[in-house]
Amino acid sequence: MKTTNNNKFADAVKQSFVKLSPRIQIKNPVMLVVYIGAVLTTILFFLSFGGLKDENTIYTLTIALILWFTVLFANFAEAIAESRGRAQADSLRSAKKDIKARKLKSATNIEDYTEVLSNTLKKGDIVHVVAGEQIPMDGEVIEGAASVDESAITGESAPVIRESGGDRSAVTGGTVLVSDSLIIKITAEAGESFLDKMIAMVEGASRKKTPNEIALQILLVTLTIIFLVVTGTLMPFSNFVSRQVGQGSAISITNVIALLVCLAPTTIGALLSSIGIAGMSRLNQANVLAMSGRAIEAAGDVDVLLLDKTGTITLGNRQASEFLPVKGVGENELANAAQLASIADETAEGRSIVILAKEKFGIRGRDMSKLNANFIEFSAKTRMSGIDFQGNEIRKGAAETIKEYVTNKGGEYPEECDQIVKRVAGLGGTPLVVAQNDKVLGVVYLKDIVKNGVKERFEDLRKMGIKTIMITGDNPMTAAAIAAEAGVDDFLAEATPEAKLTLIRDYQTKGHLVAMTGDGTNDAPALAQADVAVAMNSGTQAAKEAGNMVDLDSNPTKLIDVVRIGKQLLMTRGSLTTFSVANDVAKYFAIIPVLFFGIFPQLSVLNIMHLTNSTTAILSAIIYNALIIVALIPLALKGVKYRELPAGKLLSRNLLIYGLGGIISPFIVIKLIDMLLTVCGVR
Amino acid sequence: MSNIVLQDVFIIGLLILLAVPLGIYIYKIMSGQKVFLTKVLSPVEKGIYKVMGIKCGEEMNAITYILSILVFSGFGVLLLWLIQMLQGFLPFNPQGMKAPSWDLAFNTAASFVSNTNWQAYAGESTLSYITQSMGLTVQNFVSAAVGIAVLFVLIRGFILTQKKTLGNFWVDLTRITLYVLIPLSLIVSVILISQGVVQTLSPYKSVSTLQSGISQTIPLGPAASQIAIKQIGTNGGGFFGANSAFPLENPTSFSNLIQLLCILLIPASLCITFGKAVKNSKQGRAILAAMLILFVIALSVVTFSEQNLAPHFAGATVAGNMEGKEVINGVGSSSFWGTATTAASNGSVNASHDSFTSIGGMMLMFLMQLGEIVFGGVGSGLYGMIGFVILTVFIAGLMVGRTPEYLGKKVEPFDMKMVCVVILMPLLLTLLGTATAVMMPGVTTWLTNKGAHGFSEVLYAFSSLANNNGSAFAGYNANNPFTNIIGGIIMLAVRFVPMSAVIFLAGNLANKKFVAAGEGTLSTSNTMFVMLLIGVVLIVGALSFLPALALGPIADYFTHRGI
Repeated sequence: MKTTNNNKFADAVKQSFVKLSPRIQIKNPVMLVVYIGAVLTTILFFLSFGGLKDENTIYTLTIALILWFTVLFANFAEAIAESRGRAQADSLRSAKKDIKARKLKSATNIEDYTEVLSNTLKKGDIVHVVAGEQIPMDGEVIEGAASVDESAITGESAPVIRESGGDRSAVTGGTVLVSDSLIIKITAEAGESFLDKMIAMVEGASRKKTPNEIALQILLVTLTIIFLVVTGTLMPFSNFVSRQVGQGSAISITNVIALLVCLAPTTIGALLSSIGIAGMSRLNQANVLAMSGRAIEAAGDVDVLLLDKTGTITLGNRQASEFLPVKGVGENELANAAQLASIADETAEGRSIVILAKEKFGIRGRDMSKLNANFIEFSAKTRMSGIDFQGNEIRKGAAETIKEYVTNKGGEYPEECDQIVKRVAGLGGTPLVVAQNDKVLGVVYLKDIVKNGVKERFEDLRKMGIKTIMITGDNPMTAAAIAAEAGVDDFLAEATPEAKLTLIRDYQTKGHLVAMTGDGTNDAPALAQADVAVAMNSGTQAAKEAGNMVDLDSNPTKLIDVVRIGKQLLMTRGSLTTFSVANDVAKYFAIIPVLFFGIFPQLSVLNIMHLTNSTTAILSAIIYNALIIVALIPLALKGVKYRELPAGKLLSRNLLIYGLGGIISPFIVIKLIDMLLTVCGVR
Repeated sequence: MSNIVLQDVFIIGLLILLAVPLGIYIYKIMSGQKVFLTKVLSPVEKGIYKVMGIKCGEEMNAITYILSILVFSGFGVLLLWLIQMLQGFLPFNPQGMKAPSWDLAFNTAASFVSNTNWQAYAGESTLSYITQSMGLTVQNFVSAAVGIAVLFVLIRGFILTQKKTLGNFWVDLTRITLYVLIPLSLIVSVILISQGVVQTLSPYKSVSTLQSGISQTIPLGPAASQIAIKQIGTNGGGFFGANSAFPLENPTSFSNLIQLLCILLIPASLCITFGKAVKNSKQGRAILAAMLILFVIALSVVTFSEQNLAPHFAGATVAGNMEGKEVINGVGSSSFWGTATTAASNGSVNASHDSFTSIGGMMLMFLMQLGEIVFGGVGSGLYGMIGFVILTVFIAGLMVGRTPEYLGKKVEPFDMKMVCVVILMPLLLTLLGTATAVMMPGVTTWLTNKGAHGFSEVLYAFSSLANNNGSAFAGYNANNPFTNIIGGIIMLAVRFVPMSAVIFLAGNLANKKFVAAGEGTLSTSNTMFVMLLIGVVLIVGALSFLPALALGPIADYFTHRGI
């Protein structure tokens, strides 16, 4: 690890020099001013040998060198931010090899193929991939099911299932088939595949400046123009006044340049692009891939989160938590019947019934062959599952289904059961009615288990003004109960894709920004409508295309992290801008009194920092200006500390640290540098 | 000193008391609601539309609105220039005034159309009655109305969602003039006449003074009507050269109080209008609070300096700097007036600013250099301040982790560009204008002082020109072709470029969707935000002007005090 870090560092240093090219410098107007200043002072240095003296030769050289270092430090900040992404891109590139693919004439005949190179595949081509082979290009599974190792892109080594139809049909080029075989219809061409996009994104090659970054840059350019004019006009001003007073002289070009660089917002100017790149790579480290930088900024603005209940708010599966028998039936009896009906049920719910019965009443699974039993699997038609043995029929299912079943058998559906069912639903549970033959035994209470800590998380989000909305297919009563338990602000029950879309639109018309996650093709319209849409990598191609981010881990909880990263990015930008501008106050106090000392010796009263003389004062200020860039690189990369607090508190906190801190810290550091320079004998 | 404080508190209290109802009244005018004057004035209003061929319901987009203003104002400059050049041939010229030099006439025309009222002439010795009343007074009204109209447009930008049009310039212009400016001026004129301000078309009078054998010419004219609007519309151009320091322009303490209130009245009440219009009065109050706090800080500095920081003469300390001040007004009223006239971009004076103490004079200069946003010009002061609010929102908004928004509108690159133009123009033109002036070979002959104070005189002049203030530091002889032409161009540029930027900004805002506010939204009406806004205004101002001020008033202070 150490060696790679060293490599990274060496590479970044190298890049700092490469970036001295004017073609790159011109992209950052603030640093361009420093760059031009460095060039001008260097020219002044050489001219001084020809007798054209603007200032002391050594002084001019020193200023020129410090300015060159300032530019290099800014380049370094950007290079080190990029290097993280570059390392990630390199590992991705290793997955992107040109391989041979078996292109089929038609999906029906796997024998009739031609071998072609993967980069020649076109959209709509059909290929056949078998276990052990790499998938040549992004596509949609049209036949077969297989496990695929996607570690090349997700970093997760456990293989995932990919199958035709449904929501897990998308495969990504560069991933490896571990078992079985697939017939795939290609959906992307060379250069525009998911992997290509991913490499471009993490590398920052396709990084465009985001709207907010542009707006901030406009502000920084404005400040730079102000300082350009402020310092530029000082030459005629000081010239005029010195002639009027009859002492002192106009300010030298070298000093004007030094003053300009000091005052221009170089700190934020140097770190602005690093902050953006670092934000993107923090997102990548969370295994989320943004399709544009804009999406991350939008994440910071999101104030409504649509969260899928299952997997985000509750554990994926419901669990049996109670047996509720009707009158005349023992709890034991109900547990026994329910366990029998669930023995062959491989679903998590079924298993939880078996376990609960075992835990509560010590009823163990029994030898099925002895019972001579016939298992009835759940089917969409009957909507029940159960067991037939020794002339007994045990069924479990939704209340309505069992009611019909019992009544058909001539039995009676007790009203008491209805009440239990209602009570369970009201508690947010799913009632499962168990019947033996024509007799209803009772209800199994299947409970949705709310994840640990989500309530607190939602509380924090609420403090920040973010509303959480639970999306579920459950009926309103059940949904309401879970919503209350999890502490979400609102819920959408019996959610259909259309209902989701309408909900998003409603919030948007009211002026909210909505984030959601989704994976299925039917989520695509809602994903396309949402402001921040995180598609699960396990999802369909349509969902991935509709979203503006892809979560490689396919973890819906990630949405909250995405919001955090977005906010942190914006906060870092604002805080460093504040810091940069606040610094100027101290720099003025350092420079102005000593700058006009020749014209008005009386102004030395204002030299409250007691800097030794104008040379040490100006040098200290521009040395501080250069060093602060390096000192703040870690902050730019890591982002400022993020807390879930209301806006007012966040503002006062950041103002205190970066505003007040920005005013105070240069006073201390400039004074220290001045003392050091004085000790070293600089005059 | 305590008398001065009491008087200041009284005036500010009175100002707020008057500003609230007037602000609500102006809101009703802006939104086309009925007011008590509707019955009387609506036939007049309709008549004007008919004559001018204006269709009342016809809405304009940003570009049309800007073009209408530019055409209207361009026509205004031309007309005013022609009236001056031809005044020798026109009636109502009892003193037989000849045409001024063409460059002075241009400067005056630009000055009055841009609501600056910089005067490189003395009214009583240069202009005829017809030039004063038909030329200057008309521009006093309409240039003020244009400023307020542009504020209305910006307010509409915040209120409207996904709209392309922003109202009709001709309707705004007519309604503001007819319902706000004319009635107010009428009232104030009558009060001023009651105090002894002259209002006549008769020629100047020659009177024998008590000193036998010496007679003096007393200039007269239709002054009261022009003085009322000069204060109400933050114009500031005096009828007479000495402006409100002249007894026939400002004869009594009461007339002084009335004029003082008028300087700040509309700019203050427009904050209330703004709050009403955006359906959140707190927003208007927050801006008013920021302006008031900045004003009180400046007022305290000026008053303290005038009272205590007069230069030492041969070891003698002066109690209160009375040089250049009217005895009737004293230090207190003169300091208040000086602060008010430079805070609002009024520019009328009741004392000589050149004679203020170094620190007092610096504060007046600095108030202008802030961009005329502490009250500022009618309309223009508030739209300038809203520019600073957006700038503050931008930085503070980022610090709370959201892309910035103000009043439910996202601040995006285009908006930022326009805001930067609004903030950048005045301060660049101030610095560049001053720099050009000090490089002129003849500059020393225009100045009455040398050294740091001489530099202050140039800096003050261009701060005044490039912020549409119009007050003069005296001491700087402005009637020369260089200052007339460059100054004229600066005044027009600093008026109409930011104005156009504001309208473009409004057009862009009106086209945006509305963003809902919540816990995560930065509050723009609490104490913290007001303080932050004040901080941003002061920091931008200080960073831009501290070096120049160090060479002028600050050096002046330290050399005078002999520290």
